[in-house]
Amino acid sequence: MHGNLTVSHDLDADLVLRARVEALCAAYAHVIDDDRLEELPALFTDDALYRVQTRENHELGLPLALMYCDGSAMLADRVTAMRTANIFEPHVYCHSTSALRILRREGAGWRARSNFSIIRTMSDGESMVFACGKYLDLIVEVDGALRFRERVAILDLRRVDTLLVIPV
Amino acid sequence: MDDQQTGRPAPFAWPDADVSSVPYGVYTDRDLYALEQERIFRGPTWNFLGLEAEIPNPGDFKTTFVGDAPIILVRDADGAVNAMVNRCAHKGALVCFKPRGNVRELTCVYHNWVYDLAGNLTGVAFKRGVGGKGGLRDDFDQKDHGLQRLRVDIHRGLVFGTFSAAMPAFADYIGAELIASIDRVLIKPLRVLGYHSQILPNNWKLYAENNKDSYHASLLHLFHNTFGVVRPTMGGGIKLSDSGWHHLSYTQREALADDHIGKEKVRSMSESYKLRDSTMMQHTLELGDLVTNSIQTVFPTLVVQQILNALAVRQLIPRGVDRSELIWTVLGFEDDDADMAELRLKVNNLVGPAGLISMEDGCVGGWVQRAAKADPTARSIMPMGGRGIEPSQGSRVTEAAVRGFWKGWRECMGI
Repeated sequence: MHGNLTVSHDLDADLVLRARVEALCAAYAHVIDDDRLEELPALFTDDALYRVQTRENHELGLPLALMYCDGSAMLADRVTAMRTANIFEPHVYCHSTSALRILRREGAGWRARSNFSIIRTMSDGESMVFACGKYLDLIVEVDGALRFRERVAILDLRRVDTLLVIPV
Repeated sequence: MDDQQTGRPAPFAWPDADVSSVPYGVYTDRDLYALEQERIFRGPTWNFLGLEAEIPNPGDFKTTFVGDAPIILVRDADGAVNAMVNRCAHKGALVCFKPRGNVRELTCVYHNWVYDLAGNLTGVAFKRGVGGKGGLRDDFDQKDHGLQRLRVDIHRGLVFGTFSAAMPAFADYIGAELIASIDRVLIKPLRVLGYHSQILPNNWKLYAENNKDSYHASLLHLFHNTFGVVRPTMGGGIKLSDSGWHHLSYTQREALADDHIGKEKVRSMSESYKLRDSTMMQHTLELGDLVTNSIQTVFPTLVVQQILNALAVRQLIPRGVDRSELIWTVLGFEDDDADMAELRLKVNNLVGPAGLISMEDGCVGGWVQRAAKADPTARSIMPMGGRGIEPSQGSRVTEAAVRGFWKGWRECMGI
């Protein structure tokens, strides 16, 4: 249902493109995992769409998202709110991403899909699998660098443990 | 105090005549948790089950819970909405193990017992045995072995169920004033925009109290003040039902009084932070008044929410003595145009498990839970705005509605 039937096999052979997309995805994970969230909006285009949605809503065709940023400014606001206003127990994520595939060209960009799992560690040292799922991306090139035009994180989980404040 | 309903001793006696302090044991005691199932969830309460809009067609079902009891909510061939305990009358297996679907009849897969959409047992596999041997005795009457039914009442598309045969209608349960405040929000046919679910690491009552605690809103949820959204000096107030069990807390746009919050050193005060994109704070006045926030509770576990244009019902499900699940059914209206649909999705950044003004409610109950378990006889106190359930027009700096919750709890529990 995510375009797998229209995969362009030429893109599988484009190892340079794949390396660049992998680097963007890794940069995203590292910025979050290293708590450098202020750098996160710069990985997106100004008009980017960032959504975190449960698989339940996604598969029911329901539009509700846990986080919905229409433009990188809203993503920056999320980070500002987290730093200045929201109250929560300190915790960090460790992303593992895998199964990247560049599915097809779309306009001037590329549709890509990858899987993720996130282990969350609380300040008392306890770790748990917080979420797993898939990223559905539209990636474009801006001034010679790849950026997310869209990143939709689909969470397999239905139940969020306690709260969600750090972008997925 | 002796337990009048079962003759068992109550797990503990309430320490005071009033409800202005609460012993921490109510959040940690497993016997009390079991008694709550009987006396509250299977007792004299109307419990939210779902929305008519979730089961629009004959055969549509969803599963939910009333306390620990698994429930099937289903629309039958005549269009009636029925609710039954999701437990086969034979061996007690879940009849529906999927969250939703459409069926012609309800079949327990374990031994293929079949029920109609009103819960009547209509078929038993190998009823006559095989080859004349085995099967049911002649004195087995299928009429005696249906699924356990709940009474159902529907108001503005919200479906409620009760185990109690003696309950008045839902409208009488919450009273005319609070019915009017539900009607104020649910003005048109509803559309489900999606669901959130959140595991709260605390006893269900800590979240039930939190919703009735209008005092904490501007103190814990700093997004309000940091980004200049809602201040406690805005107009509004709280209303309680005559019983005290149910409440409404609301804020309205008029009467922005002089802002003395800065003088009280509320830690959230900051004018230096501005949102780069404030679209999510836009409010289209769609309900015919200036109310910006309306949080309404129906005892024991339902919240009806309007925060700007973010409409939702929140259903709280106990999941053991120290854990609960909060299910948000996020709503719009059927006739929302594209702009309104988009606005609702953006405003919903404020609420839900990742809500900029609600996420703290996910963790604060857990902090009480962890601290409370050390000493079940120590107590929390609720001194703001009196000792009883006096209403508080014009101020949300009161714990009257929380005391009203405990009044309801004690009356149900006989404690």
